[in-house]
Amino acid sequence: MIDVRALSKAYGANVVLDNVSLQVLSGTSYALLGQNGAGKTTLIRILSTLVTADAGSASVNGSDVAADSGAVRASISLTGQHAAVDEMLTGRENLVMMGRLRRLGVRGARRRADELIGAFDLAEFAGRTVKGYSGGMRRRLDLAVSLVAEVPLLFLDEPTTGLDPVSRNQLWNEVRELGARGTTILLTTQMLDEADRLADRIGILHDGAVAAEGTPDELKERAGGELLDVTFDSAQTASAAADLLGSAVRGTVTLTASSATVSIGTDGTANAVKDVLDRLALGGFAARSLSTARPTLDDVFADLTGTTNTNNKEQAA
Amino acid sequence: MTVTASAPSTATAPPGHPSSSLGLAEVLSDVRVMVGRSLRRSSRDGEALVMAVMLPVALMLLFVYVFGGAIEVGTDYINYVVPGIILLCAGFGAASTATYVANDAVTGVVDRFRSMPIFGSACLIGHVVASVVRNLLATVVVIGVALLIGWRPSAGPVEWLLTLVFLVLFMTAVSFLSAALGLLVGSVEAANSVTFVMLFLPYVSSAFVPPDTMPAALRGFAEHQPITPMIETLRGLLMGSVIGSSWWIAAVEWAAVLAVSAVGAGLLFRRKTR
Repeated sequence: MIDVRALSKAYGANVVLDNVSLQVLSGTSYALLGQNGAGKTTLIRILSTLVTADAGSASVNGSDVAADSGAVRASISLTGQHAAVDEMLTGRENLVMMGRLRRLGVRGARRRADELIGAFDLAEFAGRTVKGYSGGMRRRLDLAVSLVAEVPLLFLDEPTTGLDPVSRNQLWNEVRELGARGTTILLTTQMLDEADRLADRIGILHDGAVAAEGTPDELKERAGGELLDVTFDSAQTASAAADLLGSAVRGTVTLTASSATVSIGTDGTANAVKDVLDRLALGGFAARSLSTARPTLDDVFADLTGTTNTNNKEQAA
Repeated sequence: MTVTASAPSTATAPPGHPSSSLGLAEVLSDVRVMVGRSLRRSSRDGEALVMAVMLPVALMLLFVYVFGGAIEVGTDYINYVVPGIILLCAGFGAASTATYVANDAVTGVVDRFRSMPIFGSACLIGHVVASVVRNLLATVVVIGVALLIGWRPSAGPVEWLLTLVFLVLFMTAVSFLSAALGLLVGSVEAANSVTFVMLFLPYVSSAFVPPDTMPAALRGFAEHQPITPMIETLRGLLMGSVIGSSWWIAAVEWAAVLAVSAVGAGLLFRRKTR
C-alpha cells in the first residue's frame, strides 16, 4: 500500500528526512512515532503529494507520489495537524462541500453527509457554524470530512493533539473501528500510548531516520523481556548498585535516582533474576523491595532516542 | 460508530485514470462549489461586509463635506471624486481576499484541497469571485449614496456598461493580486498589513486631487501608476471628461496585473517546496 524507499528531504541545511524506508501493508495501521521535528509531518506531506522529496521514491497504492500524483490523490484522504474545516460554514455544509468535491453529486453529497453526521454523533451541532465548536467536536468533524470519500488510505497527522481525554478516547475508538473495516491508516503521534493502542506496526522516527521498527510487542521486547525494578534505601546506594550491575549484566540498567530504584532489563527467567540478586548480595547491597514489569514503549523510546525523564540518569550495559 | 461502506482495501484508483487532467465538467463543478463556499462565507462575515460598504461611503462623505470645500478641481468636487471612491472601495473589498486566502493556507484547508483529486485553483477562483461580488455590492451602495448627495453623472447605458467592464477587470485583478499576496506572506496578520499598502495607492493618483497639484516626485508616480489611467477612464465614461489614451493603457495594464497575479497565485497554490 505504501512503499517508501530511501526518501530524503532537506530544507536548506536542515535535513528533515534522511534515507527513510518503510512499508505499510494494505489494511494495516502504522504509527510514525517521534518528537517534534523528527520528520513525521514532512513524510506525510510527501506521501500526500503536497511536497516533493529531494531523493528516493515513494509509492502509494502502486502509484508514484511524484510522477502520478493525480492517481495518488484519488486513493488517499489527509487529516492534517490542524482541523482543516471551514469555520464559517456549518458542520453539514463542510461535509456536503467535500462530498461535491469528491464528485458524489448534490444528492449523493447530502446523503453521505447525513450518514457521517449520524456515525460521528454530530447531529446536535451539524447546523451550527464550526466557529462555535469545541476542539474535540472540530476534530471529529475533521475526521468525518476525511471520510466523505471512501478511500483505501487515510493519513492522520497527530489526530489527538490538544484533545481532552474523553474526546481522545472517542477518536481512538473511531480510528480503531476504521482500521477494523480494512482502511489502511498511517498516523503520526508523539504519544507512545496512542501508537501502542492504534497501530499494528510502529516506526520510531528520530532526527529524520527510522530508529526502530516493529510491532508494539517486538519493540517492547527490545528493551528486555521483563524489567526488574530493585529499590534501595537511598539514592546513593541505588547509584552504587547501578554501577556494579551496569558492568555485570547483559540487559539495560537504568537508574531512577529520585525513587532510589534501578531497572534491569532481563529475559524474564528466574535465573536472570537470581543472577541479579546474587550479584547484589556479593556486593553487599540490601534491596528493600523488588518487582518485575513488562517494559512500556516509553522505555523503548527513551532507549532509542537517548531521551530520559528529567529525574533519570541512564546507564547502558 | 457505523460508517457504511468505508474503504474496502480493494478500492484502488483505476489504473491510468486521468485524475491529474480533469475534464471541463469537473473543473466547472469544482469552481461552482468553491464560489458557493466563498459567497456563503462572505455573507456570514457581517463585520467585514459592513466595513467593505461603510468605509468607502464614510470616506466619500469625508472627502466631499470635510476636505471637498478646500479642494479646487475646476468642477463640483463630488463629480470629481466619486470614480476615485469607487476604486478605493474595490481595494477595500479585495483586501479581505488576502486575509481569507492566508487563513485557508494556515488552517490547512489549502493542504486538504491540494491533497484531493480536484481542480485546486477553484479555491482561489471562489475567493476572487466572492470578492468581486462583494465589491460590486459595495459599489452599488456607494453610487446610491453619491446620487443622493448630489452626484450627477452624464453616462448613458453604453457608458455604464463599459464602466462595469472596466470595474470588473480592476476588481478581478486586485482580488487575484490579494490572493497571491495572501499565499505569499504565510500568516493572516501579515496578509492584513500587506494589503494595507494597496489601500494607500489610490491616494497617490488622480483619484482625489489632480496630480499636477502634487510635488514633482509624487506627480511623476501619480501620473504613471496604473490606478490613474483607470480612474481617468471611469471619470471619462461617467462624467464625460476627456479619456484620450487612458482607456487602453488602463485595459492593458490591468489585464497584465490580472494575468501575472492569477498565474502567480496558481503557482503559489501548487508550490511543493514548503
